[in-house]
Amino acid sequence: MVDLAIDIGGLRLANPVMPASGTFADGLARVIDFNRLGAFVTKTVTRELRTGNPTPRVAETAGGMLNSIGIPSKGVDYFINQTLPFYRRFTPPLIASISAPTADGFASLAAEIGVAGVAAIEANISCPNLEQDGRAFAMTPQATAGVVARLRAATRLPLWVKLTPNTGDIADVARAAEANGADAVVVANTILAMAIDVETFRPRLGSITGGLSGPAVKPIILRQVYQCARAVKIDIVGCGGIASGNDAVEYLLAGARAVQVGTATFVHPTALIRVIDELEAFCSRRGFARISALTGALMSAGADETDVEWRQEAGE
Amino acid sequence: MDTVHAANSFFPVAEQSAAVMTNAAVNPEYKHLVVAADAPAVDVVAGQFFHLLCPPSDGAAPFLRRPMSVYAADRARGCVEFLYKVTGAGTRGLATLAPGDRLNMLGPLGRGFTLAPTWRHIAVVGRGVGLATLAPLALMAERAGVGATAILSARRPDLVMSVELFRAHGADVVVVTDSDHSSDVGNVERLLRDLATRHKADALFTCGSNRLLLLLQRLGKELGISGQVALEQQMGCALGMCFCCVRDFHAADGGVEHRRVCWDGPVFDLQEPLSW
Repeated sequence: MVDLAIDIGGLRLANPVMPASGTFADGLARVIDFNRLGAFVTKTVTRELRTGNPTPRVAETAGGMLNSIGIPSKGVDYFINQTLPFYRRFTPPLIASISAPTADGFASLAAEIGVAGVAAIEANISCPNLEQDGRAFAMTPQATAGVVARLRAATRLPLWVKLTPNTGDIADVARAAEANGADAVVVANTILAMAIDVETFRPRLGSITGGLSGPAVKPIILRQVYQCARAVKIDIVGCGGIASGNDAVEYLLAGARAVQVGTATFVHPTALIRVIDELEAFCSRRGFARISALTGALMSAGADETDVEWRQEAGE
Repeated sequence: MDTVHAANSFFPVAEQSAAVMTNAAVNPEYKHLVVAADAPAVDVVAGQFFHLLCPPSDGAAPFLRRPMSVYAADRARGCVEFLYKVTGAGTRGLATLAPGDRLNMLGPLGRGFTLAPTWRHIAVVGRGVGLATLAPLALMAERAGVGATAILSARRPDLVMSVELFRAHGADVVVVTDSDHSSDVGNVERLLRDLATRHKADALFTCGSNRLLLLLQRLGKELGISGQVALEQQMGCALGMCFCCVRDFHAADGGVEHRRVCWDGPVFDLQEPLSW
């Protein structure tokens, strides 16, 4: 029997597997048992009504996909009156993903959305589609510090901050989030990218550029989780190309406390359940009684046999 | 990752690995695929679709699934059928399937066609890929005791499909083609006005052509006849989560709004979409 429970960013979860924002909604309850998930992460809510980007909004690439959905949002009232009530019938805690065009907007939205049924806030300061040329708060430590400080002052809920991979030094950005009161960082969002149709000479996305996700990004985001884990003491949620239990184990070993599964759910709607089952099987096979023992258990090159044995015994 | 995990029959939508029974060409452009399937797949209704994980062709498998409307399904025989045109990477992969191969399919998905109890005779107008989507309406109408007239449009006579299927379920069939100009909007309009005059168009159904949709919307408004249209759009998740498959619709406030083809449709009220 493996203990899959974890304490993360101010929450206790039954297991470390949750959906990535924007890849999850009530429709998935027609395919899988929602009570098996570690947490719910909702599609990003904005204060203003947003229709989203022009089509086509998705394009396939080698080992992944591009999207430029553009955060269509029906606003805060719809979220509180329509979205939240649906999830009350299930046991996992709900994490509300929010976004705003300004630090003030983030703060007031965080305060407004902190109602019963919201267990934590994931501040999406990273979506590359939101601002001109794909710039976002999480591209610099300075902008991150400013918006996280305003968010921290505005809400007492656990505050998770979703970082962008589109930055030169993600560890500095993670430090800025930690120093200003974030309880966890989610590493990361999609990688700014594009694709062109050589028959039509047109971009394959309606908004020209978009975000790359799926297996193709996993080694890059894994490296960023590792860099962040060495830079901060707050918890890290790994998010990038996870489709199997082994993918999730890699993220835990690199320093993540939990993982989010996103694009894989589009291909296999049961991917979240698969990752949970395979994580449990991995722990059983390797003799880990608690999954939390995997976090940061990466062996440095040249580690000796004693180290390996110690790691295995630590889980007994 | 093409294996099925945690398949569970008490969910209304399921991923299943279905065995291919046949996959044969029906004309120079289309193939007819029949797979063995269980519940809930065999409970699919006309207008609903499956999201197919297409096998590789030319060495590469498409990353995302492909939506495919159902052509026929039979609970007693335990099978689901598709009629598809080989066009892109997904359908080229489907075309490689041989009897005994496995096809990973997710479904049934979306909102299908519905028949109002007051309707005695419906008019079905389809073209191209729309002929496959509309075909299961023939059986649906027959079972409901509703008569049907199908106007089936194609570029050439050899590309018309579903004629025998509609006739087998008691429908009247009118074939119109570009090659003899009978598929012109003016002629289809004349045919529909004639049906309406003879009380054989209590409702209008269409799929596959923007010109035909606009014609049916105009006639529907003028003659006070309701109807339904099945739309297509590129999809990501097919479960209403990713908002990839939005199209423009007339909103109640007079403006234009986005709706998801996978979740709010793919069958919509005839008057609601701006285009096919």
